[in-house]
Amino acid sequence: MTIPHPTGYRRAPEGNHPPLLSEAYKSTVLRAPSQAPVVLRHRLTEVTGPLLTGDIGPKDHDLTAQHDGEPIGQRIVVLGRVLDSDGRAVPDTLVEVWQANAAGRYAHARDTWPAPLDPNFSGGGRVVTDAQGNYSFTTIKPGAYPWGNHDNAWRPAHIHFSLFGRSFTQRLVTQMYFPDDPLFGQDPIFNSVPDPAARQRMISTFDLGATRSEWALAYRFDIVLRGREQTPFEDPHE
Amino acid sequence: MSELLTPSQTVGPFLSLGLTWPEGHLVVPLGTPGATLIAGVLTDGAGAPVSDGLIETWQADADGRFDHPDDPRRASGSGFRGFGRCATDAEGRFEIITVKPGPLGDGQAPHIDVTVLARGLLDRVVTRIYFPDEAAANAADPLLGSLRPERAATLVAQEAGQGKLRFDIRLQGDRETVFLSI
Repeated sequence: MTIPHPTGYRRAPEGNHPPLLSEAYKSTVLRAPSQAPVVLRHRLTEVTGPLLTGDIGPKDHDLTAQHDGEPIGQRIVVLGRVLDSDGRAVPDTLVEVWQANAAGRYAHARDTWPAPLDPNFSGGGRVVTDAQGNYSFTTIKPGAYPWGNHDNAWRPAHIHFSLFGRSFTQRLVTQMYFPDDPLFGQDPIFNSVPDPAARQRMISTFDLGATRSEWALAYRFDIVLRGREQTPFEDPHE
Repeated sequence: MSELLTPSQTVGPFLSLGLTWPEGHLVVPLGTPGATLIAGVLTDGAGAPVSDGLIETWQADADGRFDHPDDPRRASGSGFRGFGRCATDAEGRFEIITVKPGPLGDGQAPHIDVTVLARGLLDRVVTRIYFPDEAAANAADPLLGSLRPERAATLVAQEAGQGKLRFDIRLQGDRETVFLSI
């Protein structure tokens, strides 16, 4: 009983993703597996994946509208396209975001640094891409915040992104940064990506054309997921 | 078109603001006949619980079909979500409630694909759950068969009572779970 091997997904170029052990980011030292991962040929479980488009609430795309009042901070629109590495749009895919408030504090019980919480900002949102892979949400620009990784360590302002794509192999969790952040140089998470060109893919661009007059600035963040193999993956590794 | 992808970054410690759902751990509704509770603990290289992680699972339905257009057997429309997610608690514990997937018909034993996300993981790590009552299928499975027996054992859940399985995930060190490059 056999079914054809499905066409798999191409692997990321060397240096595109961070190595799991990245000693400058101290939390990796006890969490990165010590054994090399076993290469798995893509079969049905890997080329399929959850297609989650339901359960989006009416305020999920606007993080400034989830409470009675408006949050403090610079109102921004974040927009972009989800594509694969062949430039094809990834339609109807769930994009989840979460972030700190304008003061750099997360509305989370374990974030205890002394910056103010904002009663009008929870910091979580969800959108689904349209047929052309476009997404857009409204939020406030998150602040930078200190963390204990090294002396006087600060995370550059960022928004966390979670993407599913169309297959288990395309799953991606990343962070979107803002252009020209002076904190990039000292941030081991941003710099964990070995390839400097790949690192630039995490930085949004200011998009004057997408700003909303007398309302919000705009940042564009296009996201590139893995593209498909042209022919079924025939490497004998198992 | 450049081949460069958007790089992965850690989910960080506050992932619950964006990634947790009520009942995310219910791959099938409570009370589903034949449902199994799969529970485990996520630990680090010191054996300490990882209390800020997230487990996600993806699997076929009890007939071995995916509700996805890339399944050539066209299970689309079955409504089987196949997806579970559960944040770890203060003791590193996670659980899902699901059914054992049926055979895919490609020589693999029934399995569930697993993503692990956590602070300190700059990229997700991927593993698989196999089932202890599938000895013959497991023996013929190409992935399990490629591993030394003690390594393969990290991928097979353990019986934990009626309707319950135990599947611990050890990120590093003694009996480190086998992780997969996909």
